[in-house]
Amino acid sequence: MVDDDVTSSDLVRGQIELHDVLVHYHDSVALNSVTHRVDFGEWLGLIGANGAGKSTLLRAIARLVGYQGSIRIHGCETRSMHRREFARLVAYVPQNPQFPAQMRAIDYVALGRTPYQGYFGAESEHDRERCAALLARLGMSHLILRPLSTMSGGELQRLVLSRALAQEAPILLLDEPTSAMDLGRRVEALELVDELRVERQLTVVSTLHDLTLAAQFVDRVLLLAKGSVVADGVPDVVLIEESLNQHFDVKVEILRSTDNGIVVVPRRSRKKVHHD
Amino acid sequence: MLVAIAFLVVVILISTAIGPADLSLSTVVEVLLSHLPLLHLHSSVSALDQAIVWQIRLPRVVLAVLVGSMLALGGASYQGVFRNPLADPYLLGVAAGAGLGATIAIVTPSGFSEFLPLAAFLGGVVAVALTYLTGAKASGHSSGPSIILAGVAVAAIFTAIQTNIQQQHAADLQPVYSWILGSLSVATWSDVTLILPYVVLSAAILLAHRRLLDVLRLGEEEAMTLGVNPNRVRLVVVAAATMGTAAAVSVSGLIGFVGIIVPHLVRLTANASYRVVLPVSLVSGASFLVLADLCARMVDAPGEVPLGVVTAFIGGPFFIFVLRSRRSHQGVL
Repeated sequence: MVDDDVTSSDLVRGQIELHDVLVHYHDSVALNSVTHRVDFGEWLGLIGANGAGKSTLLRAIARLVGYQGSIRIHGCETRSMHRREFARLVAYVPQNPQFPAQMRAIDYVALGRTPYQGYFGAESEHDRERCAALLARLGMSHLILRPLSTMSGGELQRLVLSRALAQEAPILLLDEPTSAMDLGRRVEALELVDELRVERQLTVVSTLHDLTLAAQFVDRVLLLAKGSVVADGVPDVVLIEESLNQHFDVKVEILRSTDNGIVVVPRRSRKKVHHD
Repeated sequence: MLVAIAFLVVVILISTAIGPADLSLSTVVEVLLSHLPLLHLHSSVSALDQAIVWQIRLPRVVLAVLVGSMLALGGASYQGVFRNPLADPYLLGVAAGAGLGATIAIVTPSGFSEFLPLAAFLGGVVAVALTYLTGAKASGHSSGPSIILAGVAVAAIFTAIQTNIQQQHAADLQPVYSWILGSLSVATWSDVTLILPYVVLSAAILLAHRRLLDVLRLGEEEAMTLGVNPNRVRLVVVAAATMGTAAAVSVSGLIGFVGIIVPHLVRLTANASYRVVLPVSLVSGASFLVLADLCARMVDAPGEVPLGVVTAFIGGPFFIFVLRSRRSHQGVL
């Protein structure tokens, strides 16, 4: 089960191994034979056009869609785990989380403790303290007793992240964590994820639309097209004009910023028409 | 929560003291204490007053406590399961089923009416089971509109049969009608012991699920990634709420609106997490129905107004108020 060359079980704590993962939606193939290994502590970015299979792959890892093949975490087949055991290993943040309007922040975050509570149990003082500490870490101590309906988009984003962190899972799955945010909030959110990843030794897998930001934050990129992995590696290797042109079906230009960072610029294909 | 409990105690005492025969609060307290085991208090209260408190008033008040708390708790639970603020404990057809069961028991000759509570209970449980099976099968999972529509259909069918039976036995129209309107006027200790186990079991199960109802509010997928099986939670909660509600209405008749008004009032005053709404609804529902029953027997004394009429008379205007205020606070649920 566990690789021979790995001595400490901590090293594989957040390791995800995908082998021949296949997902069907009705009679169309959404994910075709994906094999990949996500190492402990790594941030893997899933990129690709709409419908390429990014979210499907993320949801297969989160056990939200049925799949063929094998997905192992910590060397164990995820589909044979008990659902609560699995929830202690993997936390998932959907693209559009639902926020019960009148619920208070602390009560919301405390729901992240569910996998640690018995079926009939209630959250302990210890659970509450952890959640309060998390909210403090994310700079939200002053909002603990506020109902969610009074919060801004950025605050809600941090709140859903707190709820996921309250699960204390070594693996964090994020589906488009920056959609519907302005430029500043996007960078802020990703920087927060990165800080927490280092601080709490998390393995992060996220889908990302913004390739320029992806290049700045993720360790590795998987480029998916029509359900298959077409490129895999560090951003410098994967984010090249030819393959992006082909798989996003648009003309892109890769520029370099002053600090040699990758900048992906999509270009319009027809000249601008001027009225006069 | 403590406020709600204290209020309930006061309401119980006052309600036991008020009635056609004038009793003082101290008399009521004395009789109650004298019935406590281990205390062996010698009571100076006359035998007649004792009998009034212990045999007539108290069973009725206790029954109101059980029925009121069960209906309010059932309503709050249904609102959580279906994430619909207008859900009430009768949503899935328990009322129509119990109505049919009770009607059959009443119109059946040869003293079958002793089995009225049993027939009502069974009718309610069968109706909800039918709704759940058809609704969950139609949609593949157990939330959302298809199960509520199935509830409407099952209720319509059961009501149609019930109405038909009722028309064919015009002589029994009066008892059927008064059962449907709901009343606690013939409450006895045996009614209390009859439904107590069901109400206690149901309440225990529902209260144990109060956190999981909050988890369901995050949506199906997030509930699953938190290690919760939403379908199982819904099944258990609906089964427990149905059992308790069917037991309650089997002795009280169809008392409406308690299951909607009380949880909404609780949400407006306390915080909106089910971890709080469920227990507070339980206690407040008891107070509400004890007070409503007091109105029912005092407003037109010595006659009685049907209890269902009292709760609807308070409930209707309240409903309008909730709907209006929903515009200002976005989303009551």
